[in-house]
Amino acid sequence: MSLALDLFSLVAIGAGAFFFFAGTVGLLRFPDSLTRLHALTKADNLGLGLIVLGLLPRAGSLLDALRLIAIWVLVQLSGAATAQLIGRALSPRRAAE
Amino acid sequence: MSILQVLDLGLAILVLAIAGWTIAARELFASVVGYVAYGLLLSIVWIRLHAPDVALTEAAIGSGVTGVLLVTTGARLRGAGGVETAAPPRLSQRLMAGALAVLVAAALAAVVLLLPEPAPTLAPEAREGLAATGLGNPVTAVLIAYRSFDTMLEKVVLVLAVVGVWSLAPDRCWAGAPAPLGRARPEGALLFLDQALVPLGILVGVHLFWVGADEPGGAFQAGAILAAMWMIVMISRLTEPPRVGARWLRLALIAGPAVFLATGLAGGGMAGGFFAYPAGFAKPIILFIEAFLVLSIAVTLPMLVAGPPRRSPQS
Amino acid sequence: MSASTLAGLVGAALVGLGLYGFIVSPQPLRKILAFNLIGNGAFLVFGIVARKGAAAGFPFDPVPQAMVITGIVVAFAASALAAALILRLQEETGNVLLDSDAPAKPPGDEAGAS
Repeated sequence: MSLALDLFSLVAIGAGAFFFFAGTVGLLRFPDSLTRLHALTKADNLGLGLIVLGLLPRAGSLLDALRLIAIWVLVQLSGAATAQLIGRALSPRRAAE
Repeated sequence: MSILQVLDLGLAILVLAIAGWTIAARELFASVVGYVAYGLLLSIVWIRLHAPDVALTEAAIGSGVTGVLLVTTGARLRGAGGVETAAPPRLSQRLMAGALAVLVAAALAAVVLLLPEPAPTLAPEAREGLAATGLGNPVTAVLIAYRSFDTMLEKVVLVLAVVGVWSLAPDRCWAGAPAPLGRARPEGALLFLDQALVPLGILVGVHLFWVGADEPGGAFQAGAILAAMWMIVMISRLTEPPRVGARWLRLALIAGPAVFLATGLAGGGMAGGFFAYPAGFAKPIILFIEAFLVLSIAVTLPMLVAGPPRRSPQS
Repeated sequence: MSASTLAGLVGAALVGLGLYGFIVSPQPLRKILAFNLIGNGAFLVFGIVARKGAAAGFPFDPVPQAMVITGIVVAFAASALAAALILRLQEETGNVLLDSDAPAKPPGDEAGAS
């Protein structure tokens, strides 16, 4: 059982790290701000989500697990709002105003 | 080399590279954004040094609130047309400054490498008093009990800084309100943040204050998070910075240091020493002081960011 | 090399970087930024004293840590005061560059605050 859980953690955290890596490559390599934003938000949502998922079986108590989920939710909230704000600041309609 | 050492080395290089970028970046805004990212990385360094309390403070105040301050000031300067690109200093000046910087850094590096092992420490003395305070977090115990006088004076410094900022107001604006923090028409995403993040953030702030007695956290970190929540609401223009003449604001500003000092003086009368806490009651008294400190910090930091009054009190 | 020694060296380098930026940059807001870098470097050097100074049995020395927390807050207060002074300087003179060759108002108003 514990081996299965370890494997699950390994796979989930590995996949999360891959999304962060891909997102960072996109952030550095994509040509303009909107596509870079796209890459970054994927890393935030999926990457962090998968890492939190992988850490859940390793949490010592229910409270720790809830804290991990709370971190993910808070990052989601602020990340989504920030991406929206940056996107709005970039949109041509806004610049024309 | 173990994996952890490789990670440490990578972290160190990253911190230094971003710090160099904040110095070298051409644009002011880019350099401020670099500074915020650098602050967050620096708090990871603090975690590696087994200093979670410092890491929390660095992330909240050193990176977060300072970032808001620099962005706000930069936007106000640009609004007034004040950000010109200046010619960089002459090459000879830059070379001399570089040589000086290298000398100072090398001297400090030598100090770091030549530190005696083990270095002088006050840890045993600080731990000795820990049991008497009933606290589990030694850093909080040092802040509020072992070196309480320092912490009280630091709160006074914060109040003095607010007085200094306010006194830069033009005469006609005295006791008026500072300039608003955000744009005239707020974005929908900011209103969403107000509704979703701010209630959670207030809970997190209160939680940090409460666990600060036994675990990493405490008055500074909790106050900084509450301050950040107030600033988000002000940036989205749901509320405006208050008039600096308002009595509630002034009371909230001085509540922390005043309660701290009064408790210290009472200790002189009742427990036989300035800032001595009576045996058995230390923990409730410390939490009582900290509650007011949280309030004062949560009010002080946004007022420092908002700047001097810009509108006359009548308007 | 241990993690704390490495962090101390980072602190020393940060002080150097900050000092260079503080002298070279003509933009006063960038000077505040560089000033904060110097502060952070000093805190880190102090922080590793906290780590190394911990006697056997303690993971860290809480006294320097508490002083660093105090220092971070005071550094922010100084930065806020300096920022307010810069804004006021711009209002008075219409110019904020602290360029020693410029014929504008005498420099140094901001440097004194930070």
